[in-house]
Amino acid sequence: MSKLFIKGNEAIAEAAVRGGCRFFAGYPITPQNEIPEYMSRRLPEVGGVFVQGESELASINMIYGAAYAGVSSLTSSSGPGLSLMAEGISSLAASGFPAVLVNMMRGGPGTGAIQGAQMDYMQATRGGGHGGYRMPVLAPGSVQEAVDLVYEAFDIAWKYMTPVLVVADGYIGSVMEAVELPPMKESKRKEFPLYTTVHLNPENPHRRSSCTMITNEVDHEEWNKVQAAKYEKMAEELVRCEEFMMEDAEYVMVAYGTSARVARNAVISLREQGIKAGLIRPILIWPYPYEALRKLDPAKVKNIFCLELSIPAQMVEDVRFGVYDRIPVTTYGRSAGLTFSEEDVEELVKKTIEGGEK
Amino acid sequence: MEKIYSRPKALQNRATGYCPGCLHGTTVKIIAELIDEFGIQDSTVAVLPIGCSALDCWSFETDMIISLHGRAPATATGIKRNAPEKTVIVIQGDGDLASIGLAEIMHAANRGENLTVIFMNNGIFGMTGGQMAPTTLIGQKATTAQGGRTEAHGYPMHMCEILNELKAPYYIQRCAMDSPAHVREAKKAIRKGLENQMNGKGFSFIELMSNCPTNWSMSAEKSIEYMREYTLKEFQIGVYRDGGEK
Amino acid sequence: MAKVEIRSEFCKSCKLCIMACPKDVLAVGSKVNAAGYEVVEMKEGAECIGCASCAVMCPEAAIEVYK
Repeated sequence: MSKLFIKGNEAIAEAAVRGGCRFFAGYPITPQNEIPEYMSRRLPEVGGVFVQGESELASINMIYGAAYAGVSSLTSSSGPGLSLMAEGISSLAASGFPAVLVNMMRGGPGTGAIQGAQMDYMQATRGGGHGGYRMPVLAPGSVQEAVDLVYEAFDIAWKYMTPVLVVADGYIGSVMEAVELPPMKESKRKEFPLYTTVHLNPENPHRRSSCTMITNEVDHEEWNKVQAAKYEKMAEELVRCEEFMMEDAEYVMVAYGTSARVARNAVISLREQGIKAGLIRPILIWPYPYEALRKLDPAKVKNIFCLELSIPAQMVEDVRFGVYDRIPVTTYGRSAGLTFSEEDVEELVKKTIEGGEK
Repeated sequence: MEKIYSRPKALQNRATGYCPGCLHGTTVKIIAELIDEFGIQDSTVAVLPIGCSALDCWSFETDMIISLHGRAPATATGIKRNAPEKTVIVIQGDGDLASIGLAEIMHAANRGENLTVIFMNNGIFGMTGGQMAPTTLIGQKATTAQGGRTEAHGYPMHMCEILNELKAPYYIQRCAMDSPAHVREAKKAIRKGLENQMNGKGFSFIELMSNCPTNWSMSAEKSIEYMREYTLKEFQIGVYRDGGEK
Repeated sequence: MAKVEIRSEFCKSCKLCIMACPKDVLAVGSKVNAAGYEVVEMKEGAECIGCASCAVMCPEAAIEVYK
């Protein structure tokens, strides 16, 4: 297969189309604008529909309608837009509707900075909307991986009947890389059976009513239990991470997305200098790869470095949950659109080693 | 003797979720009658809002979805654009449509979405207990305007007139539900709205002036008298646009 | 000759039908339904003309008309 030199955001859009996406609704926000721009010209070519929503609120609710109609659909935005969409995402989850959402993270909170950052970790992994739902969160570390994960995200959405969030940062969205694109999947509208229809109204199987219509408390709780079981199943089946040079690692970086690119280079450089560094890179940040941290041997691993393009550190809560204070954890990051270099990471590791030897 | 008026099949076999004398029930009934008359029960999707109109979920025997507060036109857009063979009926109250959902209704209308929107205007937030709506009359009492609405809270918003400023809508009419003759007129308007959608004509908007005996704190009969004396003077019934022409 | 039949399980006794009737043939009766409403009925000997105005107004679709 030939490689295509393409910008991250456009690669994501094309991967979505090839993964079966036939409806896109979204509202302009930096740094993801190439996604709706690409979709506006690409979707009509494959018989799909593009609508520029009047707001993120309208856009996510168009996705809600499209999902109900049984179409694979995509919306993309950045942190502030995701905040506006929160109620709609919660409703997609509450109804068990499949959809894929992309968050090209920027610096936050509030309006934040339009440059890339990783400031939406908590929003992404702890729901973002109300009501205590869970959804898979894919965190690609390169344009190629963004393509592969967005493509796969539609399968995950339909397999588990859930919204799926892809979080990348402005760097992955803006950078151009050579990628291999997956083959075009056939995409057909599928009016999936709804819980309300199958379980609550079996004498009328042709009626499709959304799950928010369950007005009986006992049935509603039963649906919540079905959902909770689904969250546990996803948590078991979807954990994925990359472990790089971890066999004998004494200094372990934990990083995802763009931070992991920098961390990986730092690991290589530190190894060249005789320092046994390694990297754990979560590919999904929910469910989180706790096991990769739990299995670390405190007799061997001297320090963990949680690296993020975020101040304050956010992922550290998951890292500590995996480590249980058995190994010291150092957090490091930049924010507001600033990045750290592999030299910064090397210096951090070396300083920690010196400090430990005093 | 021949039965000349019967309960429509597109209604569930249960009482409505509405208070006694609420004209929402009458509205659901005439929509259900039209669904029967057109034979579209299996291809109709009722897009319900948040507010009392969401109680329609206990009435319609059709496909349904409850959308988020104010966003029914957006949800309906997502459905109709992807499933154009469905007849999508959007039902919204005045709090939902004219307050929190103002952007969604304006832009769905401005895109000329091929939808039939039924706007229930009773001048108050019913489900939450009688708070002031954008359609509450000056002087009309609400739980958040206990001495009556004053100008400081703004003026009643006339959605037919506002939407009539846009180029795209195909059909705009305001009807009242206060008498058998007016209800029959409203049914005719909704019939037109549905025909427009089935013929691919675009956006139809039918505002139905309604009541809220519970939150207006009066009997059903008195609420009808109040409508005739006050609300129908503020909100003029009539055809604002038919066939895309002002 | 015409008559109305009121499905008593649906009636909420709102009286909009009584208000709509041009011939004053309807009245709140003494029968109470399961929901606690006093059900509307046709008056004894009333002359219904089958105009269906009551049924058109009824918010509960509880009235059926025969002619």
